[in-house]
Amino acid sequence: MHFDAKIPAGPLDAKWARHRADLRLVSPANKRKFHVIVVGSGLAGASAAASLAELGYQVSCFCFQDSPRRAHSIAAQGGINAAKNYQNDGDSVERLFKDTIKGGDFRSREANVYRLAQVSVNIIDQCVAQGVPFARDYGGMLANRSFGGAQVSRTFYARGQTGQQLLIGAYQALERQIGLGTVTMHTRHEMLDVVVVDGTARGIVVRDLVSGEVSSHAGHAVVLGTGGYGNVFYLSTNAKGSNVTAAYRAYKRGAGFANPCFTQIHPTCIPVSGDYQSKLTLMSESLRNDGRVWVPLRQGDTRAPRDIPEAERDYFLERKYPSYGNLAPRDISSRAAKEACDDGRGVGPGGRGVYLDFADAIARLGEDTIRERYGNLFDMYAQITGENPYQAPMRIYPAVHYTMGGLWVDYNLMSTLPGLHVIGEANFSDHGANRLGASALMQGLADGYFVLPYTIGDYLAGTTLAPVDTSHEAFRAAEAGVRAATQRFLDIKGTRTADSFHRELGLLMWEKCGMARDRAGLEEALRRIPELRAEFWSNLKVLGTADTLNQALEKAGRVADYMEFAELMCRDALEREESCGGHFRTEHQTADGEAVRDDAHFAHAAVWEYQGEGATPRRHQEELDFDFVKLATRSYK
Amino acid sequence: MKLTLKVWRQAGPAASGEFKTYAATANEHMSFLEMLDVVNEDLQSRGEEPIAFDHDCREGICGSCSLVINGAPHGPKRGVTTCQLHMRSFADGDEIVIEPWRAKAFPVLRDLVVDRSPFDRIIQAGGFVSVPTGAPPDGNAIPVPKEQSDRAMDAAACIGCGACVAACPNASAMLFTSAKVAHLALLPQGQPERYRRVLAMVNAMDEEGFGGCTNFGECEAACPKEISIEHIALLNRDYLRAALRDRAGAPAAAGVM
Amino acid sequence: MNRLFVLWQSVIGKKVAMAASGILLVGFLISHMASNVLVFVDPAKLDAYAHWLRGFGPLLWVARAGLLALVGIHIVAAYQLTQAARAARPQDYAKAERRVSTYAARTMRWGGVLIAVFVVYHILHFTTGTLHPDFRDGEVGANLIRGLQVPWTAAFYAIVMVAIGAHFWHGIWSVFQTLGLNHPAWNRTRATLAVGLTVLVAGGFLSMPLAALFGLLR
Ligand SMILES: Cc1cc2nc3c(=O)[nH]c(=O)nc-3n(C[C@H](O)[C@H](O)[C@H](O)COP(=O)(O)OP(=O)(O)OC[C@H]3O[C@@H](n4cnc5c(N)ncnc54)[C@H](O)[C@@H]3O)c2cc1C
Ligand code: HEM
Ligand code: HEM
Ligand code: SF4
Ligand code: F3S
Ligand code: FES
Repeated sequence: MHFDAKIPAGPLDAKWARHRADLRLVSPANKRKFHVIVVGSGLAGASAAASLAELGYQVSCFCFQDSPRRAHSIAAQGGINAAKNYQNDGDSVERLFKDTIKGGDFRSREANVYRLAQVSVNIIDQCVAQGVPFARDYGGMLANRSFGGAQVSRTFYARGQTGQQLLIGAYQALERQIGLGTVTMHTRHEMLDVVVVDGTARGIVVRDLVSGEVSSHAGHAVVLGTGGYGNVFYLSTNAKGSNVTAAYRAYKRGAGFANPCFTQIHPTCIPVSGDYQSKLTLMSESLRNDGRVWVPLRQGDTRAPRDIPEAERDYFLERKYPSYGNLAPRDISSRAAKEACDDGRGVGPGGRGVYLDFADAIARLGEDTIRERYGNLFDMYAQITGENPYQAPMRIYPAVHYTMGGLWVDYNLMSTLPGLHVIGEANFSDHGANRLGASALMQGLADGYFVLPYTIGDYLAGTTLAPVDTSHEAFRAAEAGVRAATQRFLDIKGTRTADSFHRELGLLMWEKCGMARDRAGLEEALRRIPELRAEFWSNLKVLGTADTLNQALEKAGRVADYMEFAELMCRDALEREESCGGHFRTEHQTADGEAVRDDAHFAHAAVWEYQGEGATPRRHQEELDFDFVKLATRSYK
Repeated sequence: MKLTLKVWRQAGPAASGEFKTYAATANEHMSFLEMLDVVNEDLQSRGEEPIAFDHDCREGICGSCSLVINGAPHGPKRGVTTCQLHMRSFADGDEIVIEPWRAKAFPVLRDLVVDRSPFDRIIQAGGFVSVPTGAPPDGNAIPVPKEQSDRAMDAAACIGCGACVAACPNASAMLFTSAKVAHLALLPQGQPERYRRVLAMVNAMDEEGFGGCTNFGECEAACPKEISIEHIALLNRDYLRAALRDRAGAPAAAGVM
Repeated sequence: MNRLFVLWQSVIGKKVAMAASGILLVGFLISHMASNVLVFVDPAKLDAYAHWLRGFGPLLWVARAGLLALVGIHIVAAYQLTQAARAARPQDYAKAERRVSTYAARTMRWGGVLIAVFVVYHILHFTTGTLHPDFRDGEVGANLIRGLQVPWTAAFYAIVMVAIGAHFWHGIWSVFQTLGLNHPAWNRTRATLAVGLTVLVAGGFLSMPLAALFGLLR
């Protein structure tokens, strides 16, 4: 596989401007002749589809929900970063750039991250103009809050619904174009294959989730904004429908998959309450400003938290990280909680939880102050658990939250499969091995509003594409393939539902490829996944038919891809013999449990190339050079 | 806890549906949808097709979930979506009737899944600010008083779930439409298209075949985001102004009946 | 003109028409009630008032035509809105829970029909005298008293007045919402106003048949 990051020459801060000036343009008259297929209507997909249509391209947009507004981006709570420096606290493009590179533990591409920091400021202006009701101060100016991994206040927010408000903004822009007839929207359609003609991506195959009809769509370029794959773990904070299917099928068609093992685990989520659990709910990180994390000293101590005297409590974060205490970063806090539970000192059902205790804060500041600060979060917690966090401490546990890995893209956001562009969480992103809070929304919108609309024009202007339509045999073949695959699920007629396989796979991944990984565990996973996959293909049970709305059938398709993708993740985790960001290999840590990076051998992105059914994929490397920031170890002692 | 479910089953858009009765066991920590997941596993093990229902985020923000539970959209608890409803709101031995949203504009696609695309078309008609991606003024160029942006935010909290239509005795979409109209009418950025927008959105709403508002207030009670019917008054006011002033470019209202 | 037509075509427009006609009808009823209670003071005064009205000759007919038009608009709009609502929910819920809507709100339609029926009967009763046991031209006050002496008639009047009270109550509250006159500041005033007017008008009217039933009006 040949790949070139196409990083423009010149000084870091001039790269993007210079590149934009050099990009080839498509004349307004010709834009109408180009048809771009956008899969996904999240922040990335919706902003891209709307912007491309505004430029004059013909756009078709697809999503599996019943409305583009329901994309998973809607769930984002905290906020979005931008180097506006409205607070006059010394923020700047350089600072956001450095924070992101460091937060990513030096596993991201400098040029991309710098560009991201540069356009971050335009995003806020664009969203405000669309009518996004960002929080404001009494003077009428935009308000900011501070977030993990930064010493400045650069996070913009709209109550606890930042993602929703940003997505509604992009959705409205998209609906406007749909109304103008420049975008054709296909909701309740799932993309099941990419069609490649003469080595370039020329279209997709989709299944209408209502009628079951399989059809294909041809275009001059394909854009994937299909989100992350956190649901490979079954339990995550992602929406139930989030999947790897689109990205994985593209990978099978020749798009390289980068750093699949880079997943982010969020420390403060509501723990699992039983085996019927279907998803996990995030509790904002901000709670750790006032809550103290602890577990009982004694194993299997089943007393009510309030009955456990101070002397018999272990405030493990304060003990292990005296200087950062309860505010230790995401990956570190998550692992510490896991260790405590592995040690048999976890609390709540299944012993998979630790206390987040506000008793001291309430005593110090009074219940009203706490209610004012976290009221909505406390209500949400009470809603879900039925417990009153003002009286008993919260129970929290880490949960899968975000995936930094994704399809590899060059500086122009094009994958190794020519014509296939990837944006948002679906690409291997600018977050390296760990994403800072409030940076994913920023990246999704940067890609969709301000980067892709330029770079895709360069591709279209610079490539001669033979006219093809869906009668081309490549399309016929891909469609037939999808129909056969869909029917195959129905014909197995086994005894286990796709959901039950998904749960089993998820648990395995959580234990062997989750917060902490080691060679033995990963090798075991690599043995057991193929076994589970074999059972899946021989014992799956999907009722009904392929020509109706059949949610079990949709699920089966997604689980089938996870069954293969999980293996790729473990393989990547096994090969990366270092600990960095979200990827923690227990073999590579200091005496006191700090991650040990190996820049000499692993300062690169691992790019996996599909080698065909059953064959071991090939691992390539994109070396990452750090000319502007110097590699350093993160320490939180 | 042991429960008896009476669930609406309908094979497809054309098919005629009927209620089926199922016995279910749950515990009070389960969410309502997890209870249904368990029922579905059970149904499939008995060779029956699972109950189809819309859901995605399962944390009350995407607006996918949509069940009428014992006659109340999103169930008995105020201010929550179906996915946030937990079984502790029910008692052992309860009979629970589960139906889809019912409105001509929201045809049933299967079981409890309905087609809510009319909402998208109402937004298409004018629920936006026409600012192409580019270089708009700086985010702070136009100050917005905190009270004002907070009010806009109250309206913008709508998740487009359609419970207001499901709850309204007239199957009216006034609360949804008014929430969007108010969100943009309350912000300076929404002013240039304010009157054109309200005319266009109300026409689109009428064309989709929703009923009119007779001020029952049921929508507000069912709304998981507790959107106030104050917004309906604002919508009426703006619509009146627009229709009487007949702003240039305002599309002529289409007949409803 | 065209604008009003455009307005009338939309669901909101019809509501506005109902509100406007409704208010004017409210106005008529207030004056009507006010004049009628004169019988308590002295039937002759009511006769005088009626006589004075008759003095306007053609103008009176204009006013009557106006009233008729208002009721017409009001009824047509009500009918069409009702049809629209029915059409919007072809299949009803097996189990529907009404959480907040008042009984008054839910009986607007039948309440209205009842009023319509009443008005017809009422005119034949007191204006033309067709259905009056012993009607004497010009003796409006006396007609009123004798008319309500018949127990079932008085009872019927009483019942209708209650129905009208309900219609009023929701109606007046509703008008503000429909015309978008609802600043949070005076939402309470608005509710009080609705109750106040209802008590005044419905109460005033009610007093007559009740007084008659209990033999206080003779
Ligand atoms: C609970 C939660 C809170 C978060 N909070 C924050 C935060 O505060 N700040 C922040 O910066 N980030 C946050 N994130 C991360 C951020 O929300 C996501 O990374 C980002 O929104 C992803 O956007 P996207 O457009 O790339 O993908 P998505 O929003 O996931 O959109 C994916 C789209 O692709 C479509 N799609 C997927 N597969 C297919 C297919 N096979 N066929 C057709 N269509 C398909 C879907 O329909 C959808 O429209 C949070 C994430 C979670 C889970
Ligand atoms: C003189 C008697 C009447 C008076 C004073 C009156 C007054 C009102 C008022 C003020 C409203 C509120 C309008 C709004 O919601 O904005 C109303 C609503 C209504 N009226 Fe009347 N009305 C009268 C007679 C009738 C008649 C005869 C009918 C029907 C046959 C009727 C049917 C209705 C209905 C159905 C509504 C509710 C419509 C809605 O809220 O959208 N009314 N009325
Ligand atoms: C107890 C209640 C009422 C009493 C005692 C009463 C009495 C009368 C009397 C005596 C007349 C004849 C007046 C005249 O000929 O000059 C009259 C006329 C009339 N009343 Fe009433 N009325 C009552 C309630 C109502 C109500 C509730 C309505 C409407 C909803 C109404 C509508 C009318 C109308 C339309 C006329 C005809 C006026 C005309 O001559 O043009 N009345 N009423
Ligand atoms: S107004 Fe409320 S009920 Fe209606 S769609 Fe919006 S959130 Fe749902
Ligand atoms: S319930 Fe219906 S009648 Fe109006 S106030 Fe709500 S839309
Ligand atoms: S599933 Fe998203 S709101 Fe209920």
